[in-house]
Amino acid sequence: MNKKFFIPLIAFAALAGLMLFGLSNDPKLIPSPFIGKPAPEFNLPRLDKPGETLSVDDMKGKVWILNLWASWCVSCRAEHRVLSDLIAKEKIPTVGLNYKDYGTEDYGDAAKQWLDTLGNPYYAVVIDKDGMAGIDWGVVGVPETFIMDKKGIVRYKFTGPVYQEAVDKTLIPLLEKLRKEEG
Amino acid sequence: MIPRLFIIAFTLLLFASAQAVKIEFHSFENKQQEKLYLQLIAELRCVKCQNQNLAESNAELAKDMRDKAYQIIISGGTRDDVIKYMTDRYGEFVLYRPRFGLKTILLWVGPAVFLLLSLMFLIKLIKKQQKEPVAPLSERDRESVRKLLDSKDT
Repeated sequence: MNKKFFIPLIAFAALAGLMLFGLSNDPKLIPSPFIGKPAPEFNLPRLDKPGETLSVDDMKGKVWILNLWASWCVSCRAEHRVLSDLIAKEKIPTVGLNYKDYGTEDYGDAAKQWLDTLGNPYYAVVIDKDGMAGIDWGVVGVPETFIMDKKGIVRYKFTGPVYQEAVDKTLIPLLEKLRKEEG
Repeated sequence: MIPRLFIIAFTLLLFASAQAVKIEFHSFENKQQEKLYLQLIAELRCVKCQNQNLAESNAELAKDMRDKAYQIIISGGTRDDVIKYMTDRYGEFVLYRPRFGLKTILLWVGPAVFLLLSLMFLIKLIKKQQKEPVAPLSERDRESVRKLLDSKDT
């Protein structure tokens, strides 16, 4: 049989294969350009200790997590228990960045009530009222979770609510590895 | 000299539902800044609603990104400053007009290469067809054609 007969078939199969690959690609998972780079600085007022501020520099020297959340964010509620368990189990200092929530016209002190009701697992909670620190960290949508090493380099970004399987298979092994690294 | 003020209203936002309409006002020191701003927000992608640029998008994040672009421009930043700020945080992905580089070379030259290849293929095909002599009809073929033409049923 003429070999040329198969050319359209092969072309079709290749195109279908590419499209199938495209389907499994989540466009929301934008790779963070911060991986391997120093964590962006912020110096923000604390929600848990009014009058005090916390900066990224304060976290230097230890492996730590930054979790962007808001009381208006449904999936933050969904990840809250998983995240709290992780923090308690690994005793990992975690900074909660309250994104466009506390003190805003729309949400007032809903963030405070949220923490009072669901529990506050964070080492510190900072207020990013106008979302500008969020943008500095390249926020797309809360929740987002970053892991920093002892040198203050961003090593990992998790987009969306963390779930148990990701914690067990990815986050905990990574945290343990980072803790063994030199400061 | 009193700086001339240029005010931009986002008439684009009028397409949104009535409750969502918020008009942003930005004043610039000169026409260049205004032009740069408008150009940039048309060229940068909203990472929240990914098929819209910053100018078209109603997402809150797009508004924040517009504000950031505005702040950089108004404090004397150039086009490259804004692009750098955005790509440092969101990657090349925010650029609707990708830079010409190793990673994006396929995007830029791909279509041209594809067009050239198709043209070459087409020319080759036409030339080949011109060369091939058309076999003359045999007497048997003529007979069957005649039969078909003469038959009464259409």
